[in-house]
Amino acid sequence: MLETGFGYWDAIAWIVAFIVICIVVYIIRSMGKKEHRKEAEEPFFSGVELPDEKVHVKASNIYWGFIESMKGYYDVMKKMHDGIINNYISWFVFIAVLLLITLFAKEVIP
Amino acid sequence: MIYNEAIPAILIGLPLLAAFITPIINLASKKARNAFVIAILAIEELLIILLAWHVFTNGIVIYTMGAKNPSIVPLQAAVPVRIVLEIDGMAAFMGLISCTVAMAAGIYSIAFIKEGNGKARYYTLLLIMLAGMLGMVFTGDLFNLFVFLEILSIASCGLIAYRQHADAVEGAFKYLVVSNIAALFVLFAIALFYAQYDLLNIAAIANAMQYTQLDKIALALLVAAFAMKCGAVPMHFWAPDSYSTAPAAITAMLVAASQASLYALFRVCFTLYGSLMNYHMIGIAIIIFGLLSMFIGVTMALPQKDIKRLMAYHAISQTGYMLLGVGVGLYLLGSSDFNVYGIKAMEGGIFHIINHAMYKGLLFLTAGAIYYRLGTRNLNEMGGLGHTMKFTSIYFIIGALAIAGIPPFNGFASKLLIYEACYKVSPILSIVAMLVSVLTLASFIKVFHSAFMGPKMHDVKEAPKSMLAGMAVLTFVIIFFGLFPGWVVSHIVHPAAMALVEKMAYINAVMGG
Repeated sequence: MLETGFGYWDAIAWIVAFIVICIVVYIIRSMGKKEHRKEAEEPFFSGVELPDEKVHVKASNIYWGFIESMKGYYDVMKKMHDGIINNYISWFVFIAVLLLITLFAKEVIP
Repeated sequence: MIYNEAIPAILIGLPLLAAFITPIINLASKKARNAFVIAILAIEELLIILLAWHVFTNGIVIYTMGAKNPSIVPLQAAVPVRIVLEIDGMAAFMGLISCTVAMAAGIYSIAFIKEGNGKARYYTLLLIMLAGMLGMVFTGDLFNLFVFLEILSIASCGLIAYRQHADAVEGAFKYLVVSNIAALFVLFAIALFYAQYDLLNIAAIANAMQYTQLDKIALALLVAAFAMKCGAVPMHFWAPDSYSTAPAAITAMLVAASQASLYALFRVCFTLYGSLMNYHMIGIAIIIFGLLSMFIGVTMALPQKDIKRLMAYHAISQTGYMLLGVGVGLYLLGSSDFNVYGIKAMEGGIFHIINHAMYKGLLFLTAGAIYYRLGTRNLNEMGGLGHTMKFTSIYFIIGALAIAGIPPFNGFASKLLIYEACYKVSPILSIVAMLVSVLTLASFIKVFHSAFMGPKMHDVKEAPKSMLAGMAVLTFVIIFFGLFPGWVVSHIVHPAAMALVEKMAYINAVMGG
């Protein structure tokens, strides 16, 4: 058991609870209607007929909306990640200077 | 328990010696070379377990190079003579990470690295890399730390460029430039200490430290250099370029190597400076590095199409959790709150170091297995691999759930400690940490869907057995740490956290008193 300072975490207890919940879900599910409806297996996409061939959504299309909505952020980030080593080092020097200013701030600023 | 005082020196010396014997054995037999390397890595694992157990139960271990009695440091006018290895709980903890990842990487590489392409040199560099990592975390001497940092960087650079593709060479070049400039900053900081105190030993410098203007300059140089080496934002740009182009087993090693730099950063902040510096300010700086790394790392991972580049950004994001946890600990150091939740934040951050090395190592190895079979890292060209690469799929799921902090895996336990402890400092810290976990899960669902789900698109076989065995080593640790986090924290993580906090114990082990 892991003591977090404010509570406890016990992975074994969690697994036992998870198994019990799975069993309960299985029992509830098995109490449902037994007859099988073939049309229930068919996905319904607003009346659009789906093609017979199997399709696979490519990685580029996943989270398109999220990335599009954050376009401004990603434009800035892409500019920063330009692959030019000189710029990488410039950031490093900038941070080192920033740390120096922070450490000496008390002496510089009265 | 069988313990020998020479174990720390053997742990560094053995892979160094084996590195140069490997090409000679390679001339006789390829199989004998593989067996030799794996045997060395297995011995290293065994020795580090013995050493760690000894340190966790009996306290700090000292080994003075070349001394008649290695456990006693010869002092002349309060100056420690000779190079000293000083292994406390934190150093032993980092040694465990290095040896475990190296063993998994070594086993994985048997099949992953094809013969006839300088495989003996590959293993030579891998063993040197291990020696570099162990040297960095074991040494009690700052100049020696610089030497091992260089050894580690040069070996890593050679291994990143191993495939000799244009992008691999470019990744290696960037790694070399960044590492060398960071190392020069470290060397300059060491020169500042030596000029003031005539000392190179970490404990001796910590004991003599006056926190002068020069010490402040040295602190800024060291923090910036090690933060860059561990891939903290905004000095992380090299990491995706280098991690994505290196062979998968080496990328797993690079994660452990970055963590050796993280160790050096913590050692500087807690042991070398400790309460002398303005630890509130440095704590805040590390927390800001952590938050930036977490958020920018994960958001940059989401749109990636290269599987290893995506994982590299997640490595940056996960480093943020470690910086956040330990940063909160540093921020609270010296206050009464430290004993309540500061130490828990540190335990969370340190626990996350070992968890991250295991699950990120595993994820990189699964990416390598996909590359081995498909010859591409482009997620758009993947799909349906779960039909044939069943074991790789399972390993990937375990790694992905662990990195996303889903119970009952190890990532959840360390993140829970970080969430709860950080909440007491500021709820915003915990909210950002949880948001990053959600985005991490989303990102790995994308990878799982793109690579493993969908109709069968490629006629490929499962990864070779040795690669599966390498992944199994890390999976075992992930599951064990996930099931028994309480034991891990109390026996391994807590001693490591306390080793950082108890500065005087580190100093007294060398200087007496």
